[in-house]
Amino acid sequence: MTALIELKGVEKHYGDYHALRGIDLEIRAGEFFSLLGPSGCGKTTLLRTIAGLEEVSSGSIRIDGRDMKGVAANHRPTNMVFQSYAVFPHLTVAENVGFGLRRDPRGKTEKARAVEEALDMVGLAGYGKRRAHALSGGQRQRVALARALILKPKVLLLDEPLSALDRLMREQMQLELIRLQRQVGITFILVTHDQEEALVMSDRIAVMFEGEIGQLADPETLYRRPATKRVAQFIGKMNFLPGALSADRREIDIAGLGRVATAGLATSGEIGGAVSVGIRPETLAILFEGETAPRREVQGVVSEVVYYGDMTYYDVRVEGIERPLTVSMKNLIGRPVLDVGAAARLAWDERALVLLPG
Amino acid sequence: MGLGSFAKSEGGRAATLLAPPFLYALALLALPILAVVLFSFWTQDFMTIDTRFTLANYREFFDKPIYGVLLGRSLMVSGIVTLVTVLLAYPVAYFLSFHVPSHRKSLWLFLITIPFWTSYLIRVFLWKVILGYNGVINSGLIGAGIIDEPLSFILYNINAVIITLAHAFAPFAILPIFVALEKIDRSLIEASRDLGETRLTTFFRVTLPLSMPGLVAAVLIVFIPTIGDYVTPELMGGAGGKLIANMIQTQFLQLNNAPMGAAIAMVAMVCVTAIALVFVALNRRWLRGRG
Repeated sequence: MTALIELKGVEKHYGDYHALRGIDLEIRAGEFFSLLGPSGCGKTTLLRTIAGLEEVSSGSIRIDGRDMKGVAANHRPTNMVFQSYAVFPHLTVAENVGFGLRRDPRGKTEKARAVEEALDMVGLAGYGKRRAHALSGGQRQRVALARALILKPKVLLLDEPLSALDRLMREQMQLELIRLQRQVGITFILVTHDQEEALVMSDRIAVMFEGEIGQLADPETLYRRPATKRVAQFIGKMNFLPGALSADRREIDIAGLGRVATAGLATSGEIGGAVSVGIRPETLAILFEGETAPRREVQGVVSEVVYYGDMTYYDVRVEGIERPLTVSMKNLIGRPVLDVGAAARLAWDERALVLLPG
Repeated sequence: MGLGSFAKSEGGRAATLLAPPFLYALALLALPILAVVLFSFWTQDFMTIDTRFTLANYREFFDKPIYGVLLGRSLMVSGIVTLVTVLLAYPVAYFLSFHVPSHRKSLWLFLITIPFWTSYLIRVFLWKVILGYNGVINSGLIGAGIIDEPLSFILYNINAVIITLAHAFAPFAILPIFVALEKIDRSLIEASRDLGETRLTTFFRVTLPLSMPGLVAAVLIVFIPTIGDYVTPELMGGAGGKLIANMIQTQFLQLNNAPMGAAIAMVAMVCVTAIALVFVALNRRWLRGRG
């Protein structure tokens, strides 16, 4: 697949503040791409430089083969859904959606039909005559989407579009955005700080920290083979154990768990020097009466219990490991919830281990 | 029942809060206006006031052309002053809101209020010094060799009144427009740019309509008091620059005909009210779209 958007060495300074540090990025045509990171990591700034709302300090941005240097926002083949939705309060819903059609050569009735179609697409058919201020947050968001999509941009930029919605609405909109993206086939770039949202919606995700891309991968790779501790911590939960590589690097001695061959461990690249081993809570299991570990087992003591209804999170202290291991267990039928202080046998599997630098 | 007692306590609190200013307004605004209304239906009989109801004053107002001419001139002057003031104030407010960094804004607002540090009367006299025959402008232009004779169209006529009033009311116009511009969500302007509009078209499609309430407020704040101003036309207007307020003052204080003055004041007040209502209605229309 060809790159629709190419960023090379993009830098952005605000005075002394270095917001973007040498961003190289290719975004493919038709993909759902997410920029994920904590607040202040530069993800919104990056989105705004693509939109043309911010100038880059250096580096180049090409969209569809065209250099965007000096091209203002109104001349770029991108449209944006703003975090605040930016629905014009002095206009009706239909006037909002049709805002960008002023220069469109089509006639009035055709434009009205296009507006109605766009409203229909986002589930707001018949809302055209309403005043924008009479809409709920979710409806405003749909207006903002319709207003951008009606212009058939090459790229739709979404700046934390779901962060202001309540949880139920957010989950519904996530699925709807995926459906919309497949339907229109436009490249979507989503900015979010919500790792779950990024995992659910994206084809690929760039995780950003302090103006740099920490890792760029599809959701599964990102979750299963995070490149660094930082990425691993940001995407889901992970236990980290210090490890010592043998001289020939064939084996690793993991604190509390013992020796494991490095060949079967997930890594993303060559690793030497100080290493850690990561284990996701759901790949560990507490063994109950009569259960035996399919591969490996270690003894521990429950030090904390957090009950979530469908799941229970345990902190289990294991000898030789400084911090307790977090284990998540599904609350299956007949399975008791253990108390703090209970002895627990932990099953683990070297195939679920991730070898990380540091 | 719960709601009833809530409303009661709420109403009670409102009454307590509003009573002092209400009484103050009643004593110093409503009662004098009532007195003016009454006087306008009475007549002056040499030294005493004839308190029989009559429309004679109003009849005189509409029979003698002088009053209509003065009122028309007043409305025109106020209209021009309002137009000039608002047109000049808008760019200042725009600059303040969009181009001054936020930590400097209060300093700029402070600077804009500097003219108020001196009395209105002194500012009017200052304009005399600037616009006069031997004033700053004329002596400057003569000294520079641009003109041979002092310009006469800038003092003791309507132009001088307009220049002085427009300057005096500028801050009153800048502030409401500034507030309206400050309230505009900046992402709306970015959204307009993103949707294909240039800076200029964005201004006309987004910024200007959204600042309309401030603009209308500025128009009212400038227009209403300038109609009643008599100091500036008295000092700057010369013989041809007298306005309706000067006539009211003359009737009350020089001709000793308070009833006639009251009647003129009433007609002027009705005119101003009618014009203000038009603008309030306009503002309603713009405000309707705001959430």
